[in-house]
Amino acid sequence: MNWLRPSWQPVLAVMLCLAALALGPMSSPEAAALAQPSATVAPPYLETKGLILGLLLIAAAVSMTRLPPIFEAVVLFVGAHLAAWLLIAGIGGFEGTALAPYFLLLAAAWLLGWRCVAVLSSLRPVANWARTALRLIIPAIFGAWILIIWEAVTRGAGIPFILLPPPSAIGARIANSLPVLAADVQQTIFKAVIFGYIAGSGAGFLAAIAADRVPFLRRGLLPIGNMVSALPIIGVAPIMVMWFGFGWESKAAVVIIMTFFPMLVNTVAGLAASSHMERDLMRTYASGYWPTLIKLRLPAAAPFIFNALKINSTLALIGAIVAEFFGTPVVGMGFRISTEVGRMNIDMVWAEIAVAALAGSVFYGVVALAERAVTFWHPSVRGG
Amino acid sequence: MDSFRSKIVPVTTILAGLVVVWYVFAVILNTPFQRDLDQRANQNPGTIEFIGKTLSQPKPTLPAPHQVAVNFFENTFLRSVTSNRSLVYNAWVTLSSTLLGFAFGTALGIIIAVGIVHVASLDRSLMPWIIASQTIPILAVAPMIIVVLAAIGITGLIPKALISTYLSFFPVAVGMVKGLRSPELMHLDLMHTYNASRSQIFWKLRVPASVPFLFTSMKVAVAASLVGAIVGELPTGAVAGIGAKLLSGAYYSQSIDIWSALVAGSIVAALLVTVVGIAGRLVDRAMGGRPA
Repeated sequence: MNWLRPSWQPVLAVMLCLAALALGPMSSPEAAALAQPSATVAPPYLETKGLILGLLLIAAAVSMTRLPPIFEAVVLFVGAHLAAWLLIAGIGGFEGTALAPYFLLLAAAWLLGWRCVAVLSSLRPVANWARTALRLIIPAIFGAWILIIWEAVTRGAGIPFILLPPPSAIGARIANSLPVLAADVQQTIFKAVIFGYIAGSGAGFLAAIAADRVPFLRRGLLPIGNMVSALPIIGVAPIMVMWFGFGWESKAAVVIIMTFFPMLVNTVAGLAASSHMERDLMRTYASGYWPTLIKLRLPAAAPFIFNALKINSTLALIGAIVAEFFGTPVVGMGFRISTEVGRMNIDMVWAEIAVAALAGSVFYGVVALAERAVTFWHPSVRGG
Repeated sequence: MDSFRSKIVPVTTILAGLVVVWYVFAVILNTPFQRDLDQRANQNPGTIEFIGKTLSQPKPTLPAPHQVAVNFFENTFLRSVTSNRSLVYNAWVTLSSTLLGFAFGTALGIIIAVGIVHVASLDRSLMPWIIASQTIPILAVAPMIIVVLAAIGITGLIPKALISTYLSFFPVAVGMVKGLRSPELMHLDLMHTYNASRSQIFWKLRVPASVPFLFTSMKVAVAASLVGAIVGELPTGAVAGIGAKLLSGAYYSQSIDIWSALVAGSIVAALLVTVVGIAGRLVDRAMGGRPA
């Protein structure tokens, strides 16, 4: 038995496949067709059932033999995803009719997908590009399986569209309403978020420099800043709407207030990060306050500043969208979400959420890239 | 005495400065409306009287500090706690869903962290998605979660608590992963020489080492849960709670009510963070930590 190397996921997957085989029909039309052979309706999975089972069993069997891990991963990847695709494609037109074997096969495919991720994450490639590729592929498979299970369960169990639309419907909605989404992004992100983010972070940064120059200000401002950053500042949204009106200016004001204190607290902490020895060295060079600040202390504070910028990137988006609940012109992501929920267009809401998540990730990613470029010397970037 | 002079004096000075700035802005921001009123009533008050009037409008653009203080005092101490205008009652409604959500979030965060530390494939696949999950503005999703859960018959405390959970699990998960990985290789090797099992290493080395990280992240998480609970109240039809007070204040332009609800929210936040801090210190001392 030297060539056999069982692991628990494929073994369980094979058992689930056998259970599905024993239970028989995969959907209620198929059960009806079996009970009444004269019926004319062609049930789903007439031809593909054997293919799905075969794919899963073969992939599971191959993964248990002693093969190079990369080969095993490829076999598992192809088998699991092809089977999942056939499952989802087969239910088309028969939504809500799936029986237990459908879900058993889905679980089996998911287990093989998990095994694939486990094999991939045990790989330790030497080449740099391979490591980067792995770092992207593994989370991508995990995310893809969330979508696959979501799609398969909503369609298989026939979950009402109002409760949870399948990802494919959300994707279709995004594709169909690009102009509306673009207008919302323009209003919320390009006007309120960007302006508020830059103004708020900039003001926090300048206040931190002022607090650093005047020790009295630092001792007084910092405890207050620490306390305020724990407060629910989002509550000022109605006040800002009362002051600055319904346009994007009031949202930008909320974002400014929300991003100010994280920046202040982090920058003050960062300016204290350079060591005494380094500061003494600057003194021996006879450099004054400003040259020391620019050449030594600000670079040393950069990791803290970028930390604040990262925190602020999500805070800014949240602040702008929530502020739109308190009053807005008829455009904007928060406006769209609150009205489409009322009109039960849940797929539009999910489309808006997907766009917001994408925008947030891109925003975060840009800040992270800038961080890598600026603080290339820091241990967390160089890698240990 | 030293800490008195180096901390209390600057803090009170700056607070006093803020109050003065607040009064100045209250006068400036309320002036246009007051001038309008006086013109219509054909009055021509002196400067002092005019300033007095700007500070006592019933619906000011920016209420003066004493107006907020009076409103806060009336709604906190002079009303029975069961009245739905009482701030104590509204704060309690928000606090209950905050605490439930915080408990869920802490438990979820710890479970995720244990999974990430012990299962290699979870470490590689889950962590990027946890970070990505926080770029979804959950507060924007909040109304939908509440509508969807109401459609399947779950209403009341649970939906609001779930939003708090979503906001509070992330800091706990990240902090716990860091904490559970904080024992050095030398300590782990020592456990190996004791022939300790995986569960012994976990309970006797990793868990105690993670406690300081846990409480630091719990302080962040409890503040996040409060924000979640407040925002979760916005779309529920504004029945009770600090968020509901903010929303009804915004509808009826009762700016003094909004401000006193904000003050109540801030006090709740400060109390929650302090309680978590004290709990952290007590646990630290019970584990044999000595104040540095």
